[in-house]
Amino acid sequence: MKSYDLLELAVRNLRQSKLRNALTTIGISVGVASLVAMLSLGVGLQQLATRRLAGSGMFDTVFVTSKQDFRGFDREDDQKTEHPEKAPVLDEPARERMAHLPYVTEVEPEVRVMGEVVYDSQTHFGFVTGLPMSARDNEAFDNLQGKFFSGPNVDEVILLNDFAKELEPNDPIHLIGQEVTLRYGERRALPADSDDRPQLSGAQSRSSDSTGGDDFGFSVVRKSQALKVVGIIQEEPYGGMRTVSRGRIFLPVDLTEKLSMAQFTDMRSSLRGGGGKTYITLTVRVKDPGKVAEVQDAINKMGFRTFSVLDATKSLRRFFTVLDLFLGIFGSLALAVATLAIINTLVMAVLERRREIGVMKAIGASDSDVKRLFFAEAGAMGFFGGVLGIGLGFAIGKAINVGTSIYMHRHQLPSEAVWILPPWLIGAAIAFSIVVSLLAGLYPASRAARLDPVQTLKYE
Amino acid sequence: MVRTENVCRHYRMGGGVIRAVDGISLTIERGEFVALLGQSGSGKSTLLNLLAGLDRPTSGSVLVQNRDLAKMLLEDLAQYRRNDVGMVFQAFHLIPSMTITENVELPMRFAEVDRAERAQRVRQALEQVGLGHRFEHRPSELSGGEQQRASLARALANRPQLLLADEPTGNLDSRTGEDILNLIHDLSLSLGMTVVMVTHERALAERFAQRLIFLGDGKLLSQEALA
Repeated sequence: MKSYDLLELAVRNLRQSKLRNALTTIGISVGVASLVAMLSLGVGLQQLATRRLAGSGMFDTVFVTSKQDFRGFDREDDQKTEHPEKAPVLDEPARERMAHLPYVTEVEPEVRVMGEVVYDSQTHFGFVTGLPMSARDNEAFDNLQGKFFSGPNVDEVILLNDFAKELEPNDPIHLIGQEVTLRYGERRALPADSDDRPQLSGAQSRSSDSTGGDDFGFSVVRKSQALKVVGIIQEEPYGGMRTVSRGRIFLPVDLTEKLSMAQFTDMRSSLRGGGGKTYITLTVRVKDPGKVAEVQDAINKMGFRTFSVLDATKSLRRFFTVLDLFLGIFGSLALAVATLAIINTLVMAVLERRREIGVMKAIGASDSDVKRLFFAEAGAMGFFGGVLGIGLGFAIGKAINVGTSIYMHRHQLPSEAVWILPPWLIGAAIAFSIVVSLLAGLYPASRAARLDPVQTLKYE
Repeated sequence: MVRTENVCRHYRMGGGVIRAVDGISLTIERGEFVALLGQSGSGKSTLLNLLAGLDRPTSGSVLVQNRDLAKMLLEDLAQYRRNDVGMVFQAFHLIPSMTITENVELPMRFAEVDRAERAQRVRQALEQVGLGHRFEHRPSELSGGEQQRASLARALANRPQLLLADEPTGNLDSRTGEDILNLIHDLSLSLGMTVVMVTHERALAERFAQRLIFLGDGKLLSQEALA
């Protein structure tokens, strides 16, 4: 029998016992709905956790240093590195290469300098930190008052709330939109020495051996920069290795580079001397926390030392796999009950339609035609149950989300979508529902196919 | 066309063996109209089921167009029933939830006949049996005679060469029964079909059949050729 004839007959047969088949289909849909609701909850919770972790900025970041620097901190690493003096330095080409690695979204230097903010003719000391534009996604900015930097290289500043209170004890929010002056040390290359060789850090050429004679260096010059306060945050974003201290004044990282702010680590650069700009630390931002290890590997191969917080998403994924499994099992219970309903419905149908099956065989239906017909009926119930179940599951999920958001709101927390129905789950749930229904149809279908036409026609 | 050679169909029941068909050998020529007669339990319906490929012999062979049904696979037997045999039953055996059109169309669905051709063949078959005006009726809306006509139309749908009728007049009054047998007779002549009919009404059999075959206790008792 052709497939469309099979389906047509199956749907026709299902319509014959409308109530019974509708109830069975609703049973399947409840099963599918509970499975979908549970698995979507698992997916939602996992995405929520991943989002929160990614928001902390801890798990999608690789810190890169040159093996020439910081020797002695990690003995094991030092022993592995045979010739640290030959290791590459973190210069502009290296930064470029890292930026072009797969999954890398951003490569920024870590900037932490001392500064002084002049406001209302008072000076206030604080550490200045450079922030890349991607920091906007950091959870520290969830409660940002005002707004984030309007561009990567603008004369704008964001202040830590504590610091803002220092400037304006009564009404720190009032600072937003105000202009402040930042005093900082500019790193300025030394003018050429009396001898003819170029000797300045940041100058043209470099003789790598520091055997003497080539006196590189820089001076630190006090400079002022007018900045507009655009925002105030409650806590400092996780920004790196925190080599110095908590930052309280945040500038776009490109602006700090443009202003050539002198850093503590510049001392190291000056010892190395030579031309081209070099970095002590680079912060590499990775698209997905799961890819951190891969990026770390690629950078290690380039000859640099890397550091990242252990990928917490790995153990998180393991946890959620187990959670999904259990949610799936609980969700499947209703579907298991529905499976029994399908078997019951079809066995009843076989009993009721004994004569019909006998007639069909007498006029030419093969055993496989009969079997396929019952399979098609089971499959059709599975399909309709699956579609209905998705709708029902979606409604349950929306209710979960609305309920959660009301609960979160009552606790003065921002609402979160804990239930997310991914598109793959829609297809998978319908397919699963069909497969389960077909499995449930196995016994009734083979029972129908085995019916002896002579017997069924004799006794009816 | 049809030849049985020492065909037996025995059933085990309780401790004993029922010999429903017990060593029957007969030959039916192409285009012949044969009536199987006998008392209840004489084995006529069992023999008909063996000819229809609905049942398999315990021993012996059933040859239809030189193919031994006893040795055919189940799937091939289904194909044989689908394409080579048409069956008419005493109880009509129409599917009550289907219209007459759908009932007649059903064997063609199994034979995978194209949809467009099916519609045409349904119309043709229903017109042949004089039911051209009852396409969309359900069996319960038809009289017994009309139901048997519809059942005959269904048997003709796949244009079989062998028509097997199991007491086709058993549920009909004598006049309607006569009409049905007239129809079967005419169709067998016009379509060149071989007809094997089980009946216990000798008078009717004598009027329409070319040969009477008498069965008793599963054995062939005698044969009588009619002019």
